[in-house]
Amino acid sequence: MTPLHVIAVILFSGGLFFLAVGTIGLLRMPDVYTRMHATAKCDTLGAALTLLGAALISHSLENVIKLVMLWALVWVVSPTATHMIAGTAYKRGVAPVSGTRVLDYYTRDKEGVTG
Amino acid sequence: MTDRLFFFFIAVLGLLSFLSMYRAVVGPRTEDRLVAINVMTTKTILIIVLIASMTRSYTYLDVALVYALCSFIVTIAVLKGIKKGRLY
Repeated sequence: MTPLHVIAVILFSGGLFFLAVGTIGLLRMPDVYTRMHATAKCDTLGAALTLLGAALISHSLENVIKLVMLWALVWVVSPTATHMIAGTAYKRGVAPVSGTRVLDYYTRDKEGVTG
Repeated sequence: MTDRLFFFFIAVLGLLSFLSMYRAVVGPRTEDRLVAINVMTTKTILIIVLIASMTRSYTYLDVALVYALCSFIVTIAVLKGIKKGRLY
């Protein structure tokens, strides 16, 4: 094992830790919004560390470019999808867990203008 | 040695993906299922990348790219379907 392999194994372990934390949050959080908050870690840090470790031990520049493209795609696409899921859940009236304080200035201002 | 470590990482990722399938099956609302499926697709992409690194056949990276795009399109389509009741 070269030193690059050792660094890659350390990065894989860190990514695996964050993916496990995201999965535990997905299973144990009480609410769809808090579940999204937990899985954001899984998508950003876990995927980023694992792809960085794979880029360290890949053999040519072409593979590094492909892995960086995959990294950018995951980082752009996954928060966009999560944002759209949260917006759809709020518009469909999925209730947050009791005790949550919701600040919806848009609806309040619109109702203030029309009413 | 390195192959054994790669097998360990892939097995743990598969186990975590299987655990998050629980939320996709049981989850009370459609949004819970969508969040779980997002997590599962991220883990599947990482499994494909790890298999490409282990076997040194880097053609699989293109498969991972296409898989990421397809998962995003699936999420958008399901959200549009449950919000409007139709897909166009």
